[in-house]
Amino acid sequence: MEPVLTRYIREPNSYTLDFFLKHDGYNGLKAALGMEPNAVIDLVKASGLRGRGGAGFPTGLKWQFVLKDTPLPKYICCNADESEPGTFKDHVLMERNPHLLFEGCLIGCRAIGAKVAYIYIRGEFFHVQKVLEAELAKAYAQGYVGKNIMGTGFDCDIVIHRGAGAYEAGEETALIESLEGKRAQPRIKPPFPAVSGLYNCPTAVNNVETLCNLPSILLNGAEWFTSLGPEKNGGPKLFCVSGHVKKPGTYEASMSTTLHELIYGHAGGIRDGHQLKAIIPGGSSVPILLPHELEIPASFDAVAQVGSMLGSAGIIVMDETTCMVWAARNLLYFYKHESCGKCTPCREGGDWLHRILTKIENGEGEMRDIDLLTSIGSNIAGKTLCAFGDAAATPALTTVKHFRPEFEAHVREGRCTVPADWRAARTPVAH
Amino acid sequence: MSFHPLMLYDPERFQRSERRLLEEGEPFTFAPERRAALDELLTKYPPDRKRSAILAALYLVQEQQGYLTANAVRHVGGILEMTPAEVEDVATYYVMFFKEKVGKHVVQVCRTLSCALAGAERVTEALSHTLGIAPGETDPSGMFTLLEFECLGACDRAPVVMVNNEDWHERVRPEDCGRLVEDIRARGPAASSGCHLRIERP
Ligand SMILES: Cc1cc2nc3c(=O)[nH]c(=O)nc-3n(C[C@H](O)[C@H](O)[C@H](O)COP(=O)(O)O)c2cc1C
Ligand code: FES
Repeated sequence: MEPVLTRYIREPNSYTLDFFLKHDGYNGLKAALGMEPNAVIDLVKASGLRGRGGAGFPTGLKWQFVLKDTPLPKYICCNADESEPGTFKDHVLMERNPHLLFEGCLIGCRAIGAKVAYIYIRGEFFHVQKVLEAELAKAYAQGYVGKNIMGTGFDCDIVIHRGAGAYEAGEETALIESLEGKRAQPRIKPPFPAVSGLYNCPTAVNNVETLCNLPSILLNGAEWFTSLGPEKNGGPKLFCVSGHVKKPGTYEASMSTTLHELIYGHAGGIRDGHQLKAIIPGGSSVPILLPHELEIPASFDAVAQVGSMLGSAGIIVMDETTCMVWAARNLLYFYKHESCGKCTPCREGGDWLHRILTKIENGEGEMRDIDLLTSIGSNIAGKTLCAFGDAAATPALTTVKHFRPEFEAHVREGRCTVPADWRAARTPVAH
Repeated sequence: MSFHPLMLYDPERFQRSERRLLEEGEPFTFAPERRAALDELLTKYPPDRKRSAILAALYLVQEQQGYLTANAVRHVGGILEMTPAEVEDVATYYVMFFKEKVGKHVVQVCRTLSCALAGAERVTEALSHTLGIAPGETDPSGMFTLLEFECLGACDRAPVVMVNNEDWHERVRPEDCGRLVEDIRARGPAASSGCHLRIERP
């Protein structure tokens, strides 16, 4: 597949407005401004575009749910929090193609009748934010954002809002809370943001990559978009491959590409002299897949069929030197650290899972601890306000499920049985 | 009752509050240019939604004095029409705000899975060894603070190290850490490798 979103990213100055305008820049917006807002929504629905932030929810449908018949202002919130471990695609898009995102935001605003789009960018991406701000200023100056856009009478502002280091701020209602100047903690749903979101007004929260797909849909049509991938999984997709591969990076491909092809073709395969042990296909929150499960299309539906999720398409590759108790403990540290603390199962359970995993890794575990991991995990998943709980339970549940003998060996031998030279010499502590 | 029948409660060991009161600090008001920057930011949000600018305001505090103090919290609260408790509630949630005095260079090593697979634990150990401090500590000269951070969103360039919430170092190897520290000490932000996506170099 010819790259669509990342076609020009390796060309010098591809991030500038001048470059963008020479390559169809803001033409998708021009098309959208010539259409009725409902027609834009219908087109996006027909394209089947699914959200790239993790859940894969159809974008057109999300927009259709946004309350139209109301005197309240409406908002687009662009989710540029990108903090799912193993995910770094929005980073590339914003750094190399910021105007594509602005154009996507404006098309979204046109479709739902919003006058402002807030781009919530994670605090750690300050170098990216500087690019966005400089380019946004140019877009304002040349009339692509702001009042009377391209002389059409359409007014729309874009505001860049910097986060401050919180994974949970990527969850859509927590993102809204954070934008309102509060702790990034999720809200009870319903009401969904489409009815009552930012400042209690109708809001659509869309991921960066999702919005970046809009201009090409408006220019090339829904049929073109669906033709790029398997049924219900159309369009170009960015895949982030990291871990023990030769060429980690962001790769754009069709969702009919297999996971095997992404890892062995695009990313160059496993480090020399090593074998693949397991992958996490969709960011750290999703279940592990084993080497024999990779001959499937890297699509939302195909990956779900084998019991995992495409999620944010962050593919983390681990070779045989990776201890699965260690990997689970590494991720549980992340989840216990990032838990917002609102729901008891997640707040207490995440910390507890981490303590038990540390104990097992240090060789101090007992056999019954292994079952306890499963029991705690199943008492977190599905019992919290947002999907963070499921995400936090998953690394423990999935590693025990697939690598139980490794856990038992740690208990039996009283030490880590899969040491690696790239790990720390110190033993982990459970604080 | 807990969410799980086997959950242990032991406030001495597990359920300990980590909350510490902020230092009073010096009297605080924003320098005029920072106050102007904040006032400009406030125009981006509805007039009755001033607190939306709180993260930006707290960054400005850090820009001015390096970390958050009770005096700064009260000043920010006054501008954004929030109580000091509300400001502190927000400030203590986000890891990029420093709640105590930190070194001139805050070295933030990504510790999450992809970076760890690429040797981030060894990088932290090497930095710890070079600086003579454990993660979470500041060296006696007040030059460096070492922190472990969570996935920075550049896992293809692992291990990643950020300095002062901004400067970006990619593919850091343990054997480079000694040189990196000296370089940061000597050149500050200029020592950073920058983001590899930026192909245009001055
Ligand atoms: C704990 C948690 C973290 C999330 N982090 C992100 C994130 O960093 N970026 C993102 O786009 N979506 C994230 N999401 C998904 C959002 O809640 C939301 O589904 C998404 O932004 C919707 O956009 P989309 O429909 O374009 O995918 C997260 C969800 C959860 C539960
Ligand atoms: S794991 Fe370190 S940047 Fe993602």
